[in-house]
Amino acid sequence: MAVVTANLQPRTQQLAAELTGISGRRRTKNTVMTVLMALCVIVVGGALLLVLGTVFAKGWSIVSGQFPAWFTKDIQLAPRRPGPGMKAAIIGTAVITAMATLIAVPLGILGAVYLNEYGRTRLFARVMRFFANVMAGVPSIVMGLFIYVFWVVPRGINGLNGFSGALALACLMLPIVVRSSEEMLRLVPQNLRDASYALGGSTSRTTVRVVLPTAAPGIISGCLLAIARAAGETAPLIFTIGAAKRTNWNVLEGTNTSLSMQIYGNAKESFVTAQERAWGAALTLITLAMLFTLMARMLSARIARTR
Amino acid sequence: MTTTPADLTDLRPRRQILDRAFRGTTLLAGALILIILVLIAYTVTNKSLPVFRSEGFEFFTERRWAPNKEIYGALSFIYGTAITALLAVAISVPVSLGIALFTTQVAPLRMKKWLVSLTDLVAVVPSVVFGLWGIIFLAPKLLGVYKHVSAWFHGWPILGDIFGRTGAGRTFMTAGLILSVMITPIITSISREVIETCPQTDRDGALALGATRWEMITGAVLPHSMSGIVGAVMLGLGRAMGETIAVALVIGSSPNITANLFSSGDSLPSVIAFQWGEATTEIKRSALIAMGLTLFLITIVINLLATAVVNRATKRVQGT
Repeated sequence: MAVVTANLQPRTQQLAAELTGISGRRRTKNTVMTVLMALCVIVVGGALLLVLGTVFAKGWSIVSGQFPAWFTKDIQLAPRRPGPGMKAAIIGTAVITAMATLIAVPLGILGAVYLNEYGRTRLFARVMRFFANVMAGVPSIVMGLFIYVFWVVPRGINGLNGFSGALALACLMLPIVVRSSEEMLRLVPQNLRDASYALGGSTSRTTVRVVLPTAAPGIISGCLLAIARAAGETAPLIFTIGAAKRTNWNVLEGTNTSLSMQIYGNAKESFVTAQERAWGAALTLITLAMLFTLMARMLSARIARTR
Repeated sequence: MTTTPADLTDLRPRRQILDRAFRGTTLLAGALILIILVLIAYTVTNKSLPVFRSEGFEFFTERRWAPNKEIYGALSFIYGTAITALLAVAISVPVSLGIALFTTQVAPLRMKKWLVSLTDLVAVVPSVVFGLWGIIFLAPKLLGVYKHVSAWFHGWPILGDIFGRTGAGRTFMTAGLILSVMITPIITSISREVIETCPQTDRDGALALGATRWEMITGAVLPHSMSGIVGAVMLGLGRAMGETIAVALVIGSSPNITANLFSSGDSLPSVIAFQWGEATTEIKRSALIAMGLTLFLITIVINLLATAVVNRATKRVQGT
């Protein structure tokens, strides 16, 4: 209705409404269904607000109550005692996610370059694209088990370190980076490539000097989303990073911990102090994830403006 | 500076080598996905062999899970995975479709951007945070609701079994509810994209024939996007089955095969995460890894089907 009558004069609109003569039952059904659709939005929005609100309310008192100590002290060894800090987990999350990014992002972008610049509609590229989608659906816990079996077991007890965790997270990020980067490469106008070829540029040179810089903001935005997702993951880390309560800056050696692991571990405890620690860690983690997502949003908004 | 033909010919082989090398590198990176998938299948199967050797195919049909008696059965975990995922999909599909339809058909353009952000925001919340919220905040509150509902249905023929007696807030139902919120973004965003491909002419045609907005949706929009929505739902199902930490925290971790949704249970990913620390013998680790393999195979099949369905749906729409 709305579309048809939107551009008409009010008088004519009224006339049209009278002429169409939609029966009461149909009109009621339409209204009821519209309300139900709006209700769906409200329910999910409400659930989200409830989760975020609880995390903020419970987490804030912990993080602000122990303000500098929360970020500067290691984790309390006994879960039942009120503890000072979460530094070990914050550093752990940062170094493990950074390492995973270093592995997955270059490989993912190169893979996307193959799919969009070389493979295009070839059978091999089509198969790869298909499996990138399939791999994106593989549960993160399977990635953790895979890295445990493939990487940790051969190295024995020394295999439990930040790097193993980063490998598992990288497996998780790879298909996301490939898919989002390829989408961005596809948006680069063919004219730009043709111009570069006309100047004598080879495909590799064209890709590195023209295509990738043009698509860069979009690719970075996709990567930031992948990082936000990886930083929140717990399941792959259970098998790979061991358990530590002291800060360990070294990704390559020694057991580590992460915010997500601390939330998981403390949520299982029945002590109030442990649960409080979990809420504080949850607030810290959500803030980090939101920050990355926000940066990604701002980047893609800028692209939308310039285009 | 002028370039002589000699310079050009000098340059060409080097440039060609560089070009080839670059192409090879990208090809390798592209192939990495397939390599990893094959490696996962191979190594994980390899490590599951001990339990298959001792239990045989009964690993999948044995209900009991008693590591101290050397009995390893995955059936109750497979059941728990299936029931919670189906529950999640049953709750999430109508809600996700409602959001997708509201966003694309009802909401004004300004509001649309906010609605898209809202669903994306749900996806940003890490699963462990949902789990924490579920175990400490939601489960204790739900226990009262469960008791009420089960008292209400007590003695009814089928519903009395489904909504049976309960002793805890951590149940199949709680896991299903949390999962349904978690898979809403993926189902919503994919169905929204499919729905948006519905041609304006189809919608205008329906309206011009005198259809109300809801009749336009059921008559033109939904038939057009049905196969894509089916694919979206399957992707959501796969996601729900593989979700680990949130489920591990709220399902109750006691293997159970029962129609009672208010009973605690366990699922494949949840038992792997929960018992990994206690699994010190090789055979128990192998049993847990075999459950990971089972999960991998189930989700791969679901995702293969879903991806094929979604691909076909979008291809048909684009008219290629």
